[in-house]
Amino acid sequence: MTEVARRNDLRARIALNLRAMVGRAYPRVIGANREPSWIIFEAFLPLLGIAAYVFIYQALGERALANATDPAKVAEIQANTNALIASVVLGGTMVAFWLNVLWSMASQLYWEKEIGNLQLYMMAPMSRMALLGGMALGGMFMTSVRAVSTLAAGVLVFGVVYRIVDPLTLLAVFFVTLIALYGMGMMFASLYLLWGREAWHLSALMEEPIFFASGFYFPIGGLTRVPVWGSAVAIAGSFIPAGLGLDAMRQLALGPTAFGGQMWLFSVDVELAILLVLAVVFLVLARYALAYLEVLAKREGKLTSRHQ
Amino acid sequence: MGDRIPAGGTTRCDMPFAVETRDLTRIFAGKKRIRRKRHASEGEDGSGPVTALDHVAMEIHDGELFGLLGPNGAGKTTLIKILATLLLPTSGEAYVAGHDVAKDPFPIRQQINMVCGGETSGYGLLTTRENIWMFSQFYGVPSKVSKARIDELMHVFGLWDKRDTKVRMLSTGQRQKMNMIRGFVTDPSILFLDEPTLGLDVNAARVIRDYVMNWVRKRTGKTVLLTTHYMMEADEMCDRIAIIDRGKILACDTPANLKRMIRHDTTFRLEVDTLHDVTSFGSIRGVKNFSHREDIATNRAHLTFILEDESPVAEILSRITTQASKVHSLQKSEPTLEDVFISMVGRGLE
Repeated sequence: MTEVARRNDLRARIALNLRAMVGRAYPRVIGANREPSWIIFEAFLPLLGIAAYVFIYQALGERALANATDPAKVAEIQANTNALIASVVLGGTMVAFWLNVLWSMASQLYWEKEIGNLQLYMMAPMSRMALLGGMALGGMFMTSVRAVSTLAAGVLVFGVVYRIVDPLTLLAVFFVTLIALYGMGMMFASLYLLWGREAWHLSALMEEPIFFASGFYFPIGGLTRVPVWGSAVAIAGSFIPAGLGLDAMRQLALGPTAFGGQMWLFSVDVELAILLVLAVVFLVLARYALAYLEVLAKREGKLTSRHQ
Repeated sequence: MGDRIPAGGTTRCDMPFAVETRDLTRIFAGKKRIRRKRHASEGEDGSGPVTALDHVAMEIHDGELFGLLGPNGAGKTTLIKILATLLLPTSGEAYVAGHDVAKDPFPIRQQINMVCGGETSGYGLLTTRENIWMFSQFYGVPSKVSKARIDELMHVFGLWDKRDTKVRMLSTGQRQKMNMIRGFVTDPSILFLDEPTLGLDVNAARVIRDYVMNWVRKRTGKTVLLTTHYMMEADEMCDRIAIIDRGKILACDTPANLKRMIRHDTTFRLEVDTLHDVTSFGSIRGVKNFSHREDIATNRAHLTFILEDESPVAEILSRITTQASKVHSLQKSEPTLEDVFISMVGRGLE
């Protein structure tokens, strides 16, 4: 096959990039689960964080119940307590994805550079998006295993009851949230390399503030009830797809009438539409950020090589 | 260097060289450290631009094992990075397999691979086999083909019993063998080897050298560009060698022809106690050039002199003894590639 024919061979290019994606996803799918220590660090320890919030919400529920005598009021308090605990467990599972996006997507090109892989990746004929796509797919799979274990443990340990009426929409919201979230991670991957010599500081900076602004441990709509700055923080937090995704998933898993229907940011349809837009925008930005990074690396002779 | 390179006799269009560079120059901007000004008169503190490659013109033929010999910082790695499409030239042109590295990198990337000495690439949690397979996927090698090649290469490189060992458990030598297999598993037409035997023991280095030589000589259309500062390695392996220093190609020819360039000269090697002053040797009549290397462990100095004839030896010995230094050995030897380098540059490669 001549070079021109090879270049024009779309099928060959697709096959190359699919193989590259599978190749890059492999270490995350297989390698990361090879060390049994992940069960302690990534499945058991996050439960402790979730448990802290669960115990607080349970205690608040018990105190409210102590003064309630009306059966309807008691049922409402119990439903709200269950909804809060369920929100925390759902938030805890999404925390796993957010941490994966921060530490294994956004920071990844920086680590790859440090261990000497990045220049080998840049020299290979695969599309750079296939590289990031493989990282994202592997990350999604690996983190899903952890998230499911957290979700199951949350249900079994804390006795959370979910009321899922539209599982297909729930799945759609979940996957669109993941695509938007990992698209953001793909974009950050290049930006971290450009801006951050010490990627872990950037990731650490983005942990707790995002936990708060995205409502990982409480319904994000609750922020809008805080006067002056609450709504602004909630809107800012909704740019992180996990916040909107969580809000929509909570509505779909608990029913839109949970919390009296007062704690949601937008309706599920609106949130799904925004998530779709965010997914496309982040993926396009990721592609351009990576192309820019490559040009800069080739021009300035740094960024992709170790010790530079 | 132009007249020393055998004339190719073909144009890039007729029969492309595996690698061709024309007036290739690469200048790095240099690091600029901005510190807080204490006084209004203080400016920026930093180093200026560095010319890593200076109008390099070079042609490597298809099927050739070509060596690039030079000391650290000579520009070898910069040249390889440009050819591997990782770096853009500041000016000039470079072609690999007939394609411009700056304008048309994709077809180049399909046909090349690169292995560097001391590489730590891959993921420690993966096994040796999995790691190599992963890299082969970035070149679109079908899994079945890739796995068959990996098994074959693991036998050749003596790594078969480590196939299921996690990469982080491999020794330096085993890891470098794995890197070499990563380079060959994609069956590239052009392979860049940047100091591939750096820090390896004699046996591991021998296995790698033998395989590379066989790969080029027994298969058609395979080209290797090898950078090294091991003289014996370059001498033994390469069809032609370019000597590079400070970004310039000083000479380019077969090892035999390079050595023939100084066949009329006389080479003397001396081992003496550490010397206080070596600069005065350059002023002795008949000394064309010399190199000096201190061995801190033994507290001795190793001197290599390129002489027009044997007449300056007495004066050299006299100047050594006046520094109260003892001569431990004196040897007249056949010219080596290092002697060629010393005669051109005035210092050794180490």
